[in-house]
Formats: sequence, C-alpha cells, structure tokens
Amino acid sequence: MSRKYKEKNEGVSDFGIDIIKILSEFQEVELENVEIKVKELEFLLQPFITRIPLPKVEAPLKVKPKEILMEEFHPPIMKYPGEIVEVKIGATKSEGGTRGRTVTIGGEKAPAFYLFEYPPPNPPVISIDVFDMKIPLAKAVKMHVEDVLEDPAAWAKKAVDKWGAEVINLHLVSIDPLLKDTKPSEAAKTVEEVLQAVDVPLAVGGCGDPEKDLKVFEKVAEVAEGENILFNSVTLNMDIKRTAEAIKKHNHCVIAFTAMNMDDARELNRKLYEFLPKNKIVIDTTTAALGYGLEYAFTVMERTRLAALMGDTELQHPISSGTTNAWAAREAWISMDPKWGPKELRGPIWETVSALTLLLAGVDYFMMMHPAAVKTVKEVIKKLTVKEEAEKIYNWIVNLKR
Amino acid sequence: MPKKSLSPTEVYKYLPKTNCKECGEENCMAFATKLVNREVALDKCSPLLTNKYKENYKVLWEMLKPPVKEVTIGSESNSVKIGGKLVMYRHELTWVNPTAIAIDVSDDMPEEEIIKRVKEVESFSYDYIGQKLKLDLIAIRSVSNDPNIFRAAVKKVSSITNLPLILCSLDSNVMEAGLIEVSRKKPLIYAATKENWKEMAELSLMYKCPLTVFSPNDLKTLKSLTKTLLAYGVEDLVLDPGTFWNGLGDTINNFTMLRRASCKEEDELLGFPLLAVPAIVWMQPDEYPEVTIWKETCLASMLIARYADILIMHSLEGWSLLPLTILRENLYTDPRKPVAVESGIKVFGAPNDESPVLLTSNFALTYYTVASDIEAGKINCYLLVVDTEGLSIESAIAGRKLTAEKIAETLKETGIENKVKHKTLIIPGRAARLSGEIEELTGWKVLVGPMDSSGIPKFIQEKWVKA
Repeated sequence: MSRKYKEKNEGVSDFGIDIIKILSEFQEVELENVEIKVKELEFLLQPFITRIPLPKVEAPLKVKPKEILMEEFHPPIMKYPGEIVEVKIGATKSEGGTRGRTVTIGGEKAPAFYLFEYPPPNPPVISIDVFDMKIPLAKAVKMHVEDVLEDPAAWAKKAVDKWGAEVINLHLVSIDPLLKDTKPSEAAKTVEEVLQAVDVPLAVGGCGDPEKDLKVFEKVAEVAEGENILFNSVTLNMDIKRTAEAIKKHNHCVIAFTAMNMDDARELNRKLYEFLPKNKIVIDTTTAALGYGLEYAFTVMERTRLAALMGDTELQHPISSGTTNAWAAREAWISMDPKWGPKELRGPIWETVSALTLLLAGVDYFMMMHPAAVKTVKEVIKKLTVKEEAEKIYNWIVNLKR
Repeated sequence: MPKKSLSPTEVYKYLPKTNCKECGEENCMAFATKLVNREVALDKCSPLLTNKYKENYKVLWEMLKPPVKEVTIGSESNSVKIGGKLVMYRHELTWVNPTAIAIDVSDDMPEEEIIKRVKEVESFSYDYIGQKLKLDLIAIRSVSNDPNIFRAAVKKVSSITNLPLILCSLDSNVMEAGLIEVSRKKPLIYAATKENWKEMAELSLMYKCPLTVFSPNDLKTLKSLTKTLLAYGVEDLVLDPGTFWNGLGDTINNFTMLRRASCKEEDELLGFPLLAVPAIVWMQPDEYPEVTIWKETCLASMLIARYADILIMHSLEGWSLLPLTILRENLYTDPRKPVAVESGIKVFGAPNDESPVLLTSNFALTYYTVASDIEAGKINCYLLVVDTEGLSIESAIAGRKLTAEKIAETLKETGIENKVKHKTLIIPGRAARLSGEIEELTGWKVLVGPMDSSGIPKFIQEKWVKA
C-alpha cells in the first residue's frame, strides 16, 4: 500500500520528514505500514534465583581492587607536517563573477573528522548532478527529475531550491562525438543558461573524450570568464597545457582525475603545477560503488589524505568523489526478492552508505544524485562538525521502542 | 615500539633457525618474513611449541601480539572472534575479524516474536562473489529487569539457535540469571559500568565470559574501569564508549581516539575490541519506521568504517543489512589482493564455433559478476577479458583503459578468430558508445548487450539464438 505523507510536524525531526517526503513522493514505493506500540513496561522484581553449582574458579593472585582505579585519558594527538590547500569554487560579483555565494573546500590539518585534533575548517560540500540531455537513470532517481530531464536549467534550479545543492554539477554528456556531438558554442550556451537559473557555484563536466572535452572546456572557460567554474575534469591523456591555460586565463579551477592510483595523481598534479597555482586544483582518485570496489576507492583516498598530511606536497588537495557511481551497483537498482526491500529504498541507501564511507576517508566534494542521499549526507556532515550535546543513552537496554 | 615496524631479522633471532621446513616455508627467515606480514600463525612452527623453545615462544608471542586484543564470544564449536586488529588503517595490513553484527531480541517480546526474529537472523544470507554474507550473534536485552523472565527468554533463544549470544542488562542479578542458563556458550556480558563493575567482574570471572565495559562519552572513566577490571583479574574485555545519533561527532571521535590510542600509542588499557550500538536510534523512533532504520544504517556504516569490532542492531530489514554486510565484506578484504583477474579468453560450458563471444573488463568484481551470470544462465560461450588495469567498464571507458583499440588488440591476441566462424562481438551495455569505433577498427559486428550482466541469459536467448 502506498502511504501519504502527513502534513504535520509534531515530534518529528526535519530530517525524518524530509527523507520520508522524498521517498514517498513516488506512489509505487511500497512501505510497510507499521504501528508503533509502546507497551507499558511492568517491573516485577524477583531478585531470588537458584544458583547452580559451578567448578571452582582460580582466584587471581592480585588483591582485587575495591574502588575504581582512576586513570587519566589523554587524546592521542599527532603532529602533521602537511596540510590541505583550500580551493574556492565560484565567484561573487565583487570577485569578478555573478554567483550569490561561493564555497571553499579543503584546508584540513588532520585526517577526516579527527575532531580531537583539528576539526575540518571547511565542511565537505555536496553538489548535485545535472545532465544536459536525457540519459538512462535508475527509476528511484528518475522519479524525482522526470519533469526536468530535458531542461538542465530547470533541473539545476530544482536541485538548488528543493534539495539544497551547494554546487551544481553540470555534465555536458551530449558533446560526446558518439552521442549528439554538441558543438562547443552550444554547450557553452547551456552553461550560461544554468548560470542564470541558479546563483550557486557551478562545476562543468565533459564526456570523457579528451579532445572534445578540451574544445568545449576552452569555449566554456571563455564565455563564463571570471565565474571560477570547477572543470570536471582534466586527465593524463588530455592536452594538459592547453586545458590548464584555458582554466588559468579565464580564472577557473579544475578537478584532476586519475584512476585509483596515487602515482598517477602525483604525476598529473606535477604537470598541472607548471600552469596552475595549487589552490585551483581538486583531485579525484575515482569512486567505485559499494560492493564493486568501494574499498579500493576508500583506501586510495585515505592513503592520499594521510600522505598529504605527512608532507607529500603533490597530494595536498581537496578530494572530489563521483559518488553517483554508487548507482552502478546492481543492488542499487534491480528488482530483487522482496526480503531485500523496495529498490526505491535500496538505491538511495546505497548512495548514502557509499558517501558516508568516503566522507570518513577524506572526501571534500561530493557529486551526488538522489535527494534523500543528499539530505542525509548533509545532515551527517552537520552533526560531525557542529558540536551537539550527546543524548542520554545510559538506559538503552530497557528503552528501545519497537 | 609499533608492531608494524617489526623487522623479520628481529623475529628470526627467536626462531629455531634449523630450516626444518615443517611450517611449509623454505627456511626460518622466510617464515619470519611471513610472520611479520601476518601471513602465517606463530603456531605453524612446531618446534617452537616444544619445551625447549618455551621462552622463545613467549617472547615471539609478545612481539607479535596485536595491539587490539582478540576476544572470542561463544563456545568452541560456535564462536565469533572480534578485535585482534594489528593496525589502524587497512592499507598498513589487512583488517582481521570482520565487524560482527548482532541483532537484538528482548525479554518482553512475545515468544513468537523472539522465535521469528532469531529465525530471520539465522536465515539471513546473501551470495556475494563467492561469499555467503551472514549475521553473527543474537543480543538478548532484559527489558523486564526480572531475573526469571530474563532467564526464560535466554533459555528460549538458546534452545532454538547455536549463534553466539550477548546478554544485556546492567543489573547483576538479572545478568546472573541469564548466565546460569547459557554459561557454557560463553556469551558476551553487557555491561560493566562505574556503578556495577564489581558485581559484573565477579560474574565474568565465575562464568568465564568476556565482559563489556560501558562508559558513554566518558573515556576517562572507561579507561579507569578497564584498568580496574584488569586488576580484578578479568582479561577479556570489550569497550563501548557509547553510540549516539545526537552526538555523532563525539561517537566518531571516541572510536577514532580509542583505536589510535591502542594501535599507535600501544595503550594496553585501551587495546580491546570496540562495541557500537546503532540500535540506540530506536530510543526515540521516528513516526515512520523507515526513517529510524535509515538512521541506524547510517550509524552502522560509519562505525564499520571507523573501527567498531561488533555492532548491536535492531533493524532486520534487508535494505538496511544488505549494504552493511557488503560494506563489511569490502573493507575487510586484503587490500594487497590484486583488483584484477587475468585477461584473455575464458571458456564457459562447451562452446563451438557458432557460440557467442562476449566481452568484459578484468576488474575482479566485474568479471566474477559476469561469470556467475553466465554460469547461472548455463550459456556455452567465450568471454574475452580485456586488460582494463583492474577498472570496471564505466571507469575504464572514462579513463581510456577500455577503447576500441584495446578491444581490437584483445581480439587479435586471444586468437578468438580461429575459434569461431562468425564475427559478432557482444559488448557490455555500458560500453555501447564504443560500438561504432569497434566495428570500424576490427571489421567485427557489434551487438550491444544489456546494461547489467544479469540480463545476459535473456539477451542471448532473444538476440543470439534468433541471429
């Protein structure tokens, strides 16, 4: 049975309502109708019990303490010779662009969320993917964007207004010579439309063809001069000089993308340093889906971050993650035996779990898709960065409701 | 001295140096190297176990013992080991003993509900690249706070399952009632606190069961309790620094500090497995159960990544436990294992010269997924495995590791042209955009297969048999 979202707020956290609202927008989501009954607890105190005879226990030789032996706890703080560079995305009017706000990522002086050492100066940022043409999407995602699938500007606006995207991640997939082969000038027009539709910073992605991407990036960099767009991405097989020069000339920044290999990441950065200042470079070491190599992504990112903090100057950049890749996992979108739940829940939780795992590896910039996953990760980041009083859980054993 | 910086030469000093090969290695130095890399157990050296080398064995055991103690819950025949961690980060050395997952039942649940939940835990199973993902334990909570009621619930659970148990009550009388019933199964006692530690320590010693120390968001007290309990004679401890949804920052912080204190500073008072209770979200459930389950899943996933050795969960929903058990499986694999399988031709069933030729990447997970789908469909075919440097199809295309040129090369190198009469290649749906280029470059006709390999059997049936 489908359930209607009730328009009442009493006693329910914003987080909860938002998630359920997002998930229940789709009428086919079949959620079990569950009634929570808080049973009155009866306390029958019957302290007497029979004790069965037991084998003798050897008493420890020591004198058993009668009181708690007090001990100090000192947070195990370490010193890190390196720190992560801060990268700003977007530019306001006074900075030469037209954005209403900018975001800054990076600046860490300790591993991710080692709050006892050094809380992250800039909380990680969530961007939402927008595509410039209709592409195949998992049903659980599609249901939220059906009305804007062929209008990137409207899609971007929806992502900002409705789901709180902090950056829009526009993918110019249609420029692919094997798809629509959209001309650079036309692609640039789409970028301008999106810039006009929203006032958050923009990231612009290509199609993966090194030559075509370069041509389009050059055009987009020119028409959006001063906007400090995050180009996604420059790779080792592109003409790095030309790409970097276009980005520098028109005052933008870039994601350096490599395939799960720290040496490649270093090499690409070394090449970029010839043209770009460090604070214009974000790195992406590739994200694999939960169940399909997430652990490799996790470990490469964690190692990259630790190496940077330990002084590896070629890796001291904020990390970007194409978390949307979580949807490549078949468990995220296929129909499975009902015991594994509806795919409308499985999909977004898959993206969420992938994101949360990588959040702890050191990701600063998430490219995401499902509104519920976005909402959750934003909430978790807030909980990890804003000090809140811990709830009282001492009596959890007796106080779980079900 | 951090254990990971241990050198093979130091270990070698204490080995018999006889090169007897009983351990299966060429010589004692090779065995020492394996010991340092944690690829072999000390007990494999049988001479070391004799009286002559008793002292050496002790020294080596101390040298090699993990900074996080390994604790066993359960009887010999049915147990789960937790902790035993050698390192903080999985790239240093593999994480051992995957986070154990316990599901709760409570003594105020009707018997049918207890039975239903226990059966669900037992029957949970998911086939994931050759592994069966399972749940590990049952945690029995005393809500009644009544020794007899708790004892009856423990008895019931114990009579229907062999899974290891956690007994949860802060009242030592209630705890003992449960322990009497299942002491032979060596359940984990949850928990000793600053109020009840002495009584719980006595129970732990008397019934020889491991003991959890619970000190929510207070590591000073946690450490003091650990020191006290060790002095009391309790050796097998598990630490619960508290799990919070409101207070998530503290939770992650505490788990991280504890693991670093043990692994990097070798603080022996904190060198014990860590227990987390994502189930706490059910103290204040949302109006919609899905939201509470959602939160519990988030908490659990972050704690699997951040050092929890054992979790107590309440949700039994597949959509919650599936990503968690897969995440655990992923993070506990050996990071030294190659991501790639060998490239070349793989033969499935008994193909002839008219059988289909499919193509995939050499990324292990992609390959095994495709292979199991082909096997499930009982298809006779050739599968060309392209060397994509261990990347999945999509990443390989994005990173230019899977290109038309590479495919042309593979077609040539494998000599598939001599094995089949036709010239039709089935490529993954995710590689569709390469089809034109492949046809141009190789002269082979390209059929674009399904987006997901689960569709291969149907695809072959509809498109190949007809063609």
